[in-house]
This record gives sequence, structure tokens and C-alpha cells, in this order.
Amino acid sequence: MSIQYYLFLSLALFAIGVMGVLMRRNAIIVFMCIELMLNAVNLLMVAFSKMMGNSDAQIFVFFIMVVAAAEVAVGLAIIVMMYRKVHSVDINILNRLKH
Amino acid sequence: MSLHEILFYFLSLMALGCALGVILSRNPVKSVLFLIATFFAISGHYVLMNAQFLAIVNIIVYAGAIMVLFLFVIMLMNLNADAEPQKSRLVQFAAVLSGGALFLVIIAALKTAGIHTEGNKIDGSGEIGLIHNLGQVLFREYVLPFEVSSVLFLSAMIGAMVIGKKEEAKSEA
Repeated sequence: MSIQYYLFLSLALFAIGVMGVLMRRNAIIVFMCIELMLNAVNLLMVAFSKMMGNSDAQIFVFFIMVVAAAEVAVGLAIIVMMYRKVHSVDINILNRLKH
Repeated sequence: MSLHEILFYFLSLMALGCALGVILSRNPVKSVLFLIATFFAISGHYVLMNAQFLAIVNIIVYAGAIMVLFLFVIMLMNLNADAEPQKSRLVQFAAVLSGGALFLVIIAALKTAGIHTEGNKIDGSGEIGLIHNLGQVLFREYVLPFEVSSVLFLSAMIGAMVIGKKEEAKSEA
């Protein structure tokens, strides 16, 4: 397998994540699509580390997973708090910054 | 077509199909299950590249911990397909269009970038992904980021608890 296959696969996964962020209104699904984009990048980094024969990129993938886990913990806490206040996870309701 | 290629195409199809399922399914619980399947496919890719440590960590951290958290939150909020807010057709069309445009632009950029592929073939050989080698690198060169990430986890834990506290308890403090 050459690197191009992995490039296109990760790119397609990333584009699907972008589409999900743009087309869904449920805040949890938007959050899941961000996780999908992070994973696409992880996959590409592992492929490049394999191609270069260098293990630093795999350590970086490990740290990305660490940061993603912390981010999910805080982000879901925010979503739960928001749900308690407005009883919805619709991101179109949270547009007060616009006005 | 070797076994490696067959597995690659199978896992790629599975990852892309399940990723589409995440953004297309109406029911949030189904979205979570599709995302777990996507993560398993990506773990399969890691195994194909002989990055066994990351494959296991991906399953334990993402499929095991993060997605269970998502599932718990969705079930606590009692979300289902009927209550699911939908964007208008026009916005959905624009979203797909802009996502596809991003895909095309990056493909065009990669085509002219001329990636040099004299590096190793990506196959199941090599030992850089094994836990022995990664542990050596992690604890020799990346010891400081490793310790900092533990502080990050601690602050994220405290932050999640502070944010998630009940409102009346917060006004007392």
C-alpha cells in the first residue's frame, strides 16, 4: 500500500466530519463529528510514521488521544449543563452571541 | 490482490460507510454505534500497519471510554429520532457542497504537491509500533509532555465536575 491510499482515506473521513459539523443541529452529533476528524488525522499520522520509519508521530497520536479524552470530558459537561438550562441540545437555540 | 490489500479495502469501506452512517442516521444512539464501528475499523487499520499499541489504546480509550460517555449522556437526555432537530434542506445541501469542495481542493493541492514516496511501503512489517519501542521513546524523549498531560487530565476532571455541579450548589459556594 502506498501512502496515497491512506491520504485519500483520511481526507474522505475528514471531509465527512466537516459535513457532519455543518449539517447537524444536535450538539452531541457535532461533537462526535469532531472526534471523527481527530481520528482521520490520527490515521494519517500513523501512516506517515510507518512510511518514514519514525516512531515520534505515534507518540503524538497518543497525545492527541489524551487531549481528545480531556476535551470530551469537559465538552460533555458543558452540553449537560446547557441541557439542564434550556432543555435542548439544538445548537440553533444557542445563538445569543449573534445578537 | 494480496490479503493485505483486501483487508485494507474492506476496512476503508467499513470506515467510510460507518462515518456516513454517523452523519446520516436520525437516531443519536445509532450515530454513536456507527461511530464505535468506525473506530474499530480505524483500529483495524492500525493493526494492518503493525501499530499494535495504538490499536489497543484506540479501542480502550475511544470505543471503550469516550463513546460510553457519549452513550450515557444521550441516554440521560432521552434523545430519540422524533426529538431530533433537523436543518433545512438548503443548509444541508450547502453543508455537503462545502464539505465536498474542501475534499476536492485538498485533493487538487495534493496532486500538485508531488509527494515523494521513496519511503517505506506501508505494510505489516517493522517494529516501531510495538509497545516496547514506543515506551522507550515516550519515557526517554517525551517524558515532560507525558507528565504535563497528567496535569491536563487532572484539570479536565476538576473542570468537568465544577461545570456539571447543580446550580444551587454553585451559588452557595
